[in-house]
Amino acid sequence: MNAEVERRFPDLHPALGVRAAVVESNRCLNCFDAPCTAACPTHIDVPGFIKKIASGNLRGSATQILEANVLAASCSRVCPVEVLCEGACVMHGRQEKAIAIGQLQRFAMESFYAKGGTIPTRGASERPEKIACIGAGPASLACAAELKLQGFQVTVIERRSLPGGLNTYGVAEYKLRTADSLREIEMIRELGVEFRTAEIGDEASLLTLEKEFDRVFLGVGLGAMHRLEIPGGDHPGVVDALEFIAAYKLGEPLLGVASVVVIGAGNTAIDAAVAAVRLGAADVKILYRRDAASISAFDFEFEHARQEGVDFLWWTLPRMVETSDDGELRSLTCVRTELNDAGQLVALEESEFAVQCDLVIPAIGQSPLVEFLSSIRGLQVERGRVLIDRATGQTSNPKYFAGGDCVNGGREVVDAVADGKRAALGIVTSFATNTFDSSASGTAVSHG
Amino acid sequence: MADLTTNFAGGIRCPNPFWLASAPPTNCGEQIMRAFDAGWGGAVWKTIGDPITNVSSRYSSVDWAGRRMMGLNNIELISDRPIEVNLREIAEVKKRYPAHAVIASLMVETKREVWHDIVQRAEDAGADGLELNFGCPHGMSERGMGSAVGQDPVYAQMITEWVKERARTPVLVKLTPNITDIRVAARAAKRAGADGLSAINTINSITGIDLDTFEPRPMVDGKSSHGGYCGPAVKPIALNMIQQVMADEASTLPMSGIGGIGNWRDAAEFFLLGCGTVQVCTAAMHYGYRIVEDMKDGLSNWMDEKGFITIDDFRGKSLPKVTDWKHLNLNYKIVAHINESLCIGCDLCHIACWDGAHQCIHLDRVDGVRDGHVEVHDPPSVFEARSRERIVVTPIPKLDGIVPREPGLRTSLARIPRVDETECVGCNLCSLVCPVDDCITMEERETGLAPESWDERVKAGTASPALVEGSL
Repeated sequence: MNAEVERRFPDLHPALGVRAAVVESNRCLNCFDAPCTAACPTHIDVPGFIKKIASGNLRGSATQILEANVLAASCSRVCPVEVLCEGACVMHGRQEKAIAIGQLQRFAMESFYAKGGTIPTRGASERPEKIACIGAGPASLACAAELKLQGFQVTVIERRSLPGGLNTYGVAEYKLRTADSLREIEMIRELGVEFRTAEIGDEASLLTLEKEFDRVFLGVGLGAMHRLEIPGGDHPGVVDALEFIAAYKLGEPLLGVASVVVIGAGNTAIDAAVAAVRLGAADVKILYRRDAASISAFDFEFEHARQEGVDFLWWTLPRMVETSDDGELRSLTCVRTELNDAGQLVALEESEFAVQCDLVIPAIGQSPLVEFLSSIRGLQVERGRVLIDRATGQTSNPKYFAGGDCVNGGREVVDAVADGKRAALGIVTSFATNTFDSSASGTAVSHG
Repeated sequence: MADLTTNFAGGIRCPNPFWLASAPPTNCGEQIMRAFDAGWGGAVWKTIGDPITNVSSRYSSVDWAGRRMMGLNNIELISDRPIEVNLREIAEVKKRYPAHAVIASLMVETKREVWHDIVQRAEDAGADGLELNFGCPHGMSERGMGSAVGQDPVYAQMITEWVKERARTPVLVKLTPNITDIRVAARAAKRAGADGLSAINTINSITGIDLDTFEPRPMVDGKSSHGGYCGPAVKPIALNMIQQVMADEASTLPMSGIGGIGNWRDAAEFFLLGCGTVQVCTAAMHYGYRIVEDMKDGLSNWMDEKGFITIDDFRGKSLPKVTDWKHLNLNYKIVAHINESLCIGCDLCHIACWDGAHQCIHLDRVDGVRDGHVEVHDPPSVFEARSRERIVVTPIPKLDGIVPREPGLRTSLARIPRVDETECVGCNLCSLVCPVDDCITMEERETGLAPESWDERVKAGTASPALVEGSL
């Protein structure tokens, strides 16, 4: 990794030391049927692992966490704990700070890695059934690990050179370093999961895949980010947020940019805007068509961006990318918006103004992989999302299971892990009950 | 305004009843003078006798839930300094601090003339009183001194009598808790004419074992030995033993209370069980002499609030409130009550009641009155399993909305347990585990029955006396 990036993206939160971890774990009340555990999509036994930190059973703490969530190390760093475990902590009722669950989980996992820990196997006997997991993001990884632990033959197929999906390519480096994502995946590889680099993009490749494998898990995530559909939106100075983030994490960071405009106010927009600040931009603005109350970014992300010096332009829509005579990106022409009497968002006439910038980063969401998904026979897709049975992850094509962003439209890593693991259990059950051979395609489906 | 000046055991005067116990904090005159400057009312000198050789290391402790030194253990012996040095320093301290109490703790071999000699010399040096160390549980006891004396009423009485033959100042006998019935030693001291008692000395202990070396702590060249345990952990044991002595006419004497006293609250409890002074060691070893400031200030403020002028105004006030179990009212009934507006939903009361008590705090909320005895409840595991099976996703406020909480509650109603009063035995456990003050209160319920104790039942012939004997 680029030393310059390492210098500019230090850990957002310093890790807990041993003493601090013990003190913090002793604060935990050890609730019964703990709300934190219930709030976690992967239902990690939070008081269980915390009390093991308190007793000095660090290995037991980490293995208990891994049993529930094989990507626990990255989850401990990227989970929005404020709305999950820590948000549910009963300490709030005592007007006290929630237990630092995310930090404690990170402490347990890092201690585990530092001692060269490996995922404990369950002594399951080898099974001949072969499962392919398409995409090497969190959903597929969780599905693959669970199936491997149960003895199945599992292959993860990824088109990119590195596994991990957004964990590797798309998370702000001060939250989760690419190296840490890869280390975690290495542990899954060591279980015996095979990783294959290949593009599964058309019917032909799917047919080949279906011949080779007994079940297929779709953990394909979402596709490319939406393009900025305005004049000049295809200018080389317009770089989408994921591309921008992946560039500084893995390739050549875009240094030397003085002023940046990020369009959109989701969590990815915040990651991109903060990254622009860290990479040296003096002037970074987030431009959003509504007000602060309407943004999809979490409150703590919004606060973080403000602390890093990101400015926000509310009620603003981009209209045109302006270039100078020599073709350099110069500014973004915008208009003001407002809600009309009917509550619709409208652009204000004659409200045009220019925002000077060298780089425009659209962060207006990812588009679903509609074309690819439509090439799978019998796969029901609604508004770009694969329909599944929530409890088993099974799709309307009984050979296919799915989870993660391609099902839920884009949520958190921990949601993908929970989906992947549930689907793995669904796949195991499908072999036991032979739901595939009986072609029970009439299973109830619901939205992810 | 509270007056803390004290006159203890017939003539030991001091500005307040807070003394440093005979221990490392009172090892030498320089320390004791600094302690008096910090505000201590008296000090019992580190036990004087033929100088010993100590080992290294000497202390070990028990930490609890991340806090240091819930209990402290030591294998240090009496003073390792020559007798004449200690006595010279006593004289110097008394000269500079005439108003403060200096008690000479003594331990010598069991010979009448040796005891006569040390008593004479200590008093000549200016000691305001003497404390006979019949309690040290380690090392010295192997040499026939310390607790070896305290555990044998014949020796204890004999030595106390020797001391009383010569003593001109009050004589306190320090009792060991390492004995089946502490009253046996207390009675011996009283028979011998002692003027007061100090209790308790430290408790035999092995505080812990190193899981890497397998050696107990404190370790001396690969081995350890049982030591004397003190600190906050021993307070309940000390209170019990002091109550036993103070409630026994043949034992009771002016009492200097010792055992886990770390602040004025602890001290007040010892006074309420009849102590006239208290002695402190572990807390001073942990935080230094400065802790006495709050002891005096806190006690004074509490006394002012309660309208007490002197310690004697409340000394022993709790003694009549301790009785034998057989005199407790069997018809008194309390039940747990959960204040729903304070509950934070930790559900520790539920699991404590199910696993550790009487299965009467439930998570399945029912409307209206049901007969508790025929109710069937899901066990705790069912609730846990239900939570783990639930499919949960990260909430995105914009997409998912925020579920409003019931007004006036700190947690969702589903997590607030309920008490089945028909089954509640009033054991207190739930109120003890509840992390929120005043959330679970124990409330009296009228039984309509007149007070009746086991003793009264036996006397009335409704309970078998043989069973009472048998249970003792």
